[in-house]
Amino acid sequence: MSVNGDAASSGDVLLRVDNVFKHFPVQSTSLFRRSTDAVHAVDGVSLEVRRGETLGLVGETGCGKSTLARCIMRLYDVTAGRIEFEGRDITHLRSGAMREVRRDMQMIFQDPYGSLNPRRRVGSIIGDPFSIHGLGEGHDRKRRVQELMELVGLNPEHYNRFPAEFSGGQRQRIGVARALALRPKLIVCDEPVSALDVSIQAQIINLLDDLQDEFNLTYIFIAHDLSVVQHVSDRVAVMYLGKVAELGPVDGVYARPRHPYTNALLSAVPVPDPNRSRERERIILVGDVPSPVAPPSGCRFHPRCPKAKQRCVTEIPELVPRLDDPPVHVAACHFPVADGENIADSRPEISAEERVVEGGLVGNV
Amino acid sequence: MSVGDPEIVVSAASAGAGSVDAPGPETAAAKIQGRSPWRLAYERLRSDRAAILCAVVIVLIVLMAIFAPVFQWITGHPPNHQYFDTGLSLDGQPRGPNSTFWLGTDDVGRDVLVRIAYGARVSLIVGVVATFLTVTIGTIVGLAAGYFGKMVDTVLARIIDVMLSIPFLLFAISLASIFRAGLKVVIFVLAIFSWSSVARIVRGQVLSIREREYVEAARAIGAGSWRIMIIDILPNVIAPIIVYTTLLIPVSIVGEATLSFLGVGVQPPTADWGQMISDAQGNYHAWWFLVFPSLALLVTTLAFNIFGDGVRDAFDPRSDRMFN
Repeated sequence: MSVNGDAASSGDVLLRVDNVFKHFPVQSTSLFRRSTDAVHAVDGVSLEVRRGETLGLVGETGCGKSTLARCIMRLYDVTAGRIEFEGRDITHLRSGAMREVRRDMQMIFQDPYGSLNPRRRVGSIIGDPFSIHGLGEGHDRKRRVQELMELVGLNPEHYNRFPAEFSGGQRQRIGVARALALRPKLIVCDEPVSALDVSIQAQIINLLDDLQDEFNLTYIFIAHDLSVVQHVSDRVAVMYLGKVAELGPVDGVYARPRHPYTNALLSAVPVPDPNRSRERERIILVGDVPSPVAPPSGCRFHPRCPKAKQRCVTEIPELVPRLDDPPVHVAACHFPVADGENIADSRPEISAEERVVEGGLVGNV
Repeated sequence: MSVGDPEIVVSAASAGAGSVDAPGPETAAAKIQGRSPWRLAYERLRSDRAAILCAVVIVLIVLMAIFAPVFQWITGHPPNHQYFDTGLSLDGQPRGPNSTFWLGTDDVGRDVLVRIAYGARVSLIVGVVATFLTVTIGTIVGLAAGYFGKMVDTVLARIIDVMLSIPFLLFAISLASIFRAGLKVVIFVLAIFSWSSVARIVRGQVLSIREREYVEAARAIGAGSWRIMIIDILPNVIAPIIVYTTLLIPVSIVGEATLSFLGVGVQPPTADWGQMISDAQGNYHAWWFLVFPSLALLVTTLAFNIFGDGVRDAFDPRSDRMFN
């Protein structure tokens, strides 16, 4: 799959996320005081996913990756913004119409233990999509389910077992089979391998890879493991505090990360070669992730950014190509990192007091 | 349960064979399957001696209720017949246990044994029917409140609070004076006053379960609210419901006895434990008249309570991972 400037403009867009916001109101403890605080889980994210590609979505815990995935799946109603699937606005579809769309978009969940109902047999779990969409009856359905089980590498004779009788990797295969049952076009994988052993991770990733080739699937692949994302993705989006910090073809982003946050993330990836590992300087970020209830002004990353300047405090950087990047590689940073620049030595120009923004770094959550 | 208990292995294997209708020959691997959480709970319950003993006692009490006419036939004493000549002493006092009246007579010369047997019917009917009603209402309300949340939850939670704030006995007595006191009113009152606690338990469970990923997964596939509630959530709250049911039956039985004791329950001359205890109040020297109905009530509630504890232990999630 070639992802270049031309493909970006002419590419067949399967999913378009347009300026999506998702705020969770923070419940007030007092009965009479109405709280207006909200967790800004997703704060103005725009993305396009093209048919047949894999879009990686990375960022640390709590940056809004999973929330975005659930907004796309319409498991959450967005606060603002627009989600288009195959050119159709699905942002406010009623549940009946949404059910039709769900045939074409499915989800694989992070926790192979939590995503399968412990009281139900595997056959009926994988058969759920058929029974909900009224496809196949009795023996026909069972045959289809067993085909699916075989497809994902499960023993079809284990049809009547309970999830507790399977290992983590096998359970994730059950989740994959369920997602695949209706032959969807898009599968949102929400950290599908984070809970698995490394050797099992490889198996599941290879399975997903094979299935993508076989059924021409499109993936949104969420992970916090950058090496996994690099391996599976065509393009990658880096999220920080509910916003996209950097987005582009995986080769470009990994070779020339423009956003200091991307740089910091990549510098934390373990290098298997001890000599190279020793030479390399890790970028240690100061402080914690600010509270999403009161996100920092300007660039969200400025309180922790080694390159922060006054402009970062006041002005929100746009997500546009920086330096001499191709138009497909965009970053939201006023002072992008140049090729070969070592930001481990950089010191912010703004004082510590200035970096503490109104609303406070420490939120009231 | 000991590891490798041959009987259990056999039963598990036969259950697996019975439920598997996969084509082709049964493999060795297929034979260890089919142990549902229910089966595990059942096997744990079976190894609980106290619970089994209580189950036997409960069965005996149920048999006593069903075959109450047999007691009448053996002794030849109908439950409501007053034996003024043989059942009362010359000065009109109840007679103690003797060869004719095995557990003595009451203050009007009726056979205490036969009346206890017939009284078991009232107790069990009320215990079971009121509990069933309670659990049904409580489960529906709890499911709805927990699943839909927001307004539904707020409204239902307020109703529950109101229900819990009404004084039970006052309400029961006034209701019994408005309507004709009887079995139906007793059952109604008991159900009305107990469902809120069931609803609270179910609601709490549903609140945690609806956040599980498998509920999200069902929604992602396109399952509707009803389907999620019944197929995905209900089976996961059924264990606490069953536990609560077994513990609620004795509460209902005692509740019925309380109402009958106060005279707003089952009306005379129907034989009833609570009423017998009430009648015995003025006759403390006739100990059998007070002791035997009380003993019947005590044994019944104790048996149900211990059995209920056993059921709770059997469903305990901490022993969920018992693979042997």
